[in-house]
Amino acid sequence: MAISLKVNGKSQSVDVPAEMPLLWVLRDVLGMTGTKYGCGVAQCGACTVHVGGQAVRSCVLPVSAVKEPVTTIEGLSKQGDHAVQKAWLKHNVAQCGYCQTGQIMQAAAFLKSNPKPSDEEIDAAMQGNICRCGTYTRIRAAIKDAAGV
Amino acid sequence: MKHWIQNLSNQGVTRRGFLKGAAAGGFVMGVQFSPAGKIHPFSGLGKAHAAEGVELPTDAFTPNVFVAIDQKGVVTVVCHRSEMGQGIRTGIPQIVADELEADWKMVRVVQAEGDSKKYGNQYTDGSRSIRHNLQRMREFGATARSMLEQAAAQKMNVKVSDCKAVNHRVVHVPSGRSMGYGELASAASQLKIPSVKDVTLKSPSNFRYIGKPVDTIDGPDIVTGRAMYGIDKRLPNMLYAVIEHCPVTYGKVKSFDAKEAMKVPGVVKVIELPQTQPPIVFNTLGGIAVIAKNTWAADQGRKKLKIDWDYGPNVVYDSDKFKNDMAQTARNEAKVVRNEGDAVSAMGRASKVVKADFYIPHYAHATMEPPAAIANVKGGKCEVWSACQDGQAARSTVAGALGMDEKDVTSYVTLLGGAFGRKSKPDFAAEAALLSREMGAPVRVTWTREDDLQHAYYHTVCAQHVEAGLDSNGKCVAWHHRNVFPTIWSTFEQSDPEHGHKIELSLGYIDMPYQIPNLRLENGKAKAHVRIGWLRSVNNIPNAFVQNTVANMIAHETGRDPYDVLLELIGEDRVLDLSSTDYWNYDQTYDEYPIMTSRLKNVLRVAAGNAGYGRPMPEREAIGLAVHRSFTTYVAAAVHVKVSKDGKVTIPRVDIAYDGGLVVNPDRAKAQMEGACIYGMSAAWDCQITAKGGVVQQKNFPDYRVVRIMDAPREINVHQVDAGGSYPPGGIGEPGVPPFIPALTNAIFAATGKRITELPISNYDLSA
Ligand code: FES
Ligand code: FES
Repeated sequence: MAISLKVNGKSQSVDVPAEMPLLWVLRDVLGMTGTKYGCGVAQCGACTVHVGGQAVRSCVLPVSAVKEPVTTIEGLSKQGDHAVQKAWLKHNVAQCGYCQTGQIMQAAAFLKSNPKPSDEEIDAAMQGNICRCGTYTRIRAAIKDAAGV
Repeated sequence: MKHWIQNLSNQGVTRRGFLKGAAAGGFVMGVQFSPAGKIHPFSGLGKAHAAEGVELPTDAFTPNVFVAIDQKGVVTVVCHRSEMGQGIRTGIPQIVADELEADWKMVRVVQAEGDSKKYGNQYTDGSRSIRHNLQRMREFGATARSMLEQAAAQKMNVKVSDCKAVNHRVVHVPSGRSMGYGELASAASQLKIPSVKDVTLKSPSNFRYIGKPVDTIDGPDIVTGRAMYGIDKRLPNMLYAVIEHCPVTYGKVKSFDAKEAMKVPGVVKVIELPQTQPPIVFNTLGGIAVIAKNTWAADQGRKKLKIDWDYGPNVVYDSDKFKNDMAQTARNEAKVVRNEGDAVSAMGRASKVVKADFYIPHYAHATMEPPAAIANVKGGKCEVWSACQDGQAARSTVAGALGMDEKDVTSYVTLLGGAFGRKSKPDFAAEAALLSREMGAPVRVTWTREDDLQHAYYHTVCAQHVEAGLDSNGKCVAWHHRNVFPTIWSTFEQSDPEHGHKIELSLGYIDMPYQIPNLRLENGKAKAHVRIGWLRSVNNIPNAFVQNTVANMIAHETGRDPYDVLLELIGEDRVLDLSSTDYWNYDQTYDEYPIMTSRLKNVLRVAAGNAGYGRPMPEREAIGLAVHRSFTTYVAAAVHVKVSKDGKVTIPRVDIAYDGGLVVNPDRAKAQMEGACIYGMSAAWDCQITAKGGVVQQKNFPDYRVVRIMDAPREINVHQVDAGGSYPPGGIGEPGVPPFIPALTNAIFAATGKRITELPISNYDLSA
């Protein structure tokens, strides 16, 4: 089934089953591997992308249900200089880095809706994103830095 | 047996021989003179992401296989260790660039393929990359620097003793004239490579990058999604595979029906993978592979498979029953592994005996990137890309699976999305290779999260029993201890040895640092029913938990402060005498890395002091302490907990003090300690692997509950002791995990009066 998508500003047409999750369309069909697989059941946040500006778990989102433009980590900023990306580098947040594209996409959408969050709000917003390397204290610090709080 | 296991089972002889060779220049020379050859950058400074297999410019100056300088002055450093988040792709270049006097902006890193003949061993585990490579890498950098100085002397026609390399240029000191490294590269490449003993290393006071918190080289790639992991590598016409392994370890396929699976759109083929005869080592488990046009289609097809399994003997595995059996074994006499004085009769004379039974469950590594590899078998050769902790092991395992000569297998190492010991075992790379050969096309194998949790090389499960005899002053005079756990060697030997290997027993057990006149340590038998492997910190996790808990129990029984009791137990400043035991010292000589109780006590003081231990605390709030040496590094943890009336634990603050000797990158070391707290906390908190009917019960993150941000400590303060580097470098990746757990449980005891002797903590009701 031919499905039209707008990904990072570019219109794409993919011929895939309607129920195929957006994650696998991005990774295996469009070859955009910045969005990661971690659980496939909306439990880890590694696959987080923006659809219509909202953070969503692409591993459980059928591609046919995507009605608004998609932004992935590859399209978050042109030069890798989104405030969240810059804060991530400043705090050397990443260890293995595998979870971090999902963390960054989650944090970027969150700060858009809540530019001056409290500590509790940050934790609540990031609760769905697992980092097995344990970078949580730096994630908090980087988000606060990006928000200037 | 391969990998660290292999070296370990050789009693470290190979390793020590190797190190000696390195120091004397013997073995390294062989490596040093060969040309740099084929290397494949993943990222580099100024050049974000190049393809694999890039040849260095032929006119580059390549004094050894680790360093190349081209005519533009770009320095390429080859990293032969796997990057799994510990920062080694930054650390190795830091060392080389420092001795080379290179300008960091001109340094890029490329990843070595798996080839240990060329690079020296590459198995990236055991917290050993810096321990075993600091000296070598310094020598490689310094050799290149000295040749650049010689080349400059020649070109300027001056004395070499008047020439000095400073920040990417060689300066003729008397005249102030200078030449850049790029200008000197081709002249330097004509020179004879000096012997390492003729090369002067820098004085540590002149270190430019070693000991500095240099930013992670891969950082920019990571935050933009360009970083490439094993699961990300793509090749033209690649196919995607997922594999159904037998739910019971070492079970076999009796028959299968793939008709329905083949009907799923996108599914191309269903293939039975052969099962390896024991010992399994790193070889394939066997099972049914579904190959498709994308991962999702493969997984849909897999759900439609009908497989009749022969579960085999491990179908009896029931972790609850096993727990009881192990506890029983721990109460009976067992094999003595350390014996001093007469613990049994001293126990009889003791005025008080503190007794406890402990249990620590299996864990799975649960790396965020599950095991994944891609292979391309073509024309009698194989190329494989995998997220593996040892590119050489992946190469040998793949060659073995395909029946190929190793020289026909090229093994590229991608970034690893977490590893923790799981990716030391490249079974998944062999699966990809077998499937690629079958399909005549490149195949990527992806393990789903379910596969990862249900078919790991699990951290061993462990029961322990301790009796500590106290005299009338409350001083511990007798210690009688048994531990029981299935051994890692069951995965690597023809028949299950059932007793712990001397290496496992050396991970915080026979090296127990308490100064007690009568001491008896025993090890009981247990059979393995799943693949047992090593997981970050290995047996140090149960051993540190038990020792530090018993110390805390003694304090409670005698009405003294746990901090004082811990210091008393560790005793006098001394080098622990383990000459009567079969102790293995993390592949180091004991002379070089002795166990020093002064360093152990020191980190404890630093952690407790910084945490403000001893100050009055509100009700149901306390600081717990623990200290442990592992991987030659000393770490103490002070964990501050608050336990609400309804039993919810929060951690406002953690203080970690570590003494790991010389540290190359203190920020990455700090990150490892922070991460170790979270990893330890997951193990303590709510994670466990259990089995019923031989089948692992945990499937995905809903039931393998790793720590998330809300539960993470609010603050983790890391205190580096011995920042001057007066001791040689110790391990960094693992030693933070073991002490965190008992510090947490000791804190919970102090806050609630609930003694935790079994993990996970979530099995306890901590409400008031
Ligand atoms: S992969 Fe989507 S939440 Fe884990
Ligand atoms: S940085 Fe490794 S999982 Fe988050």
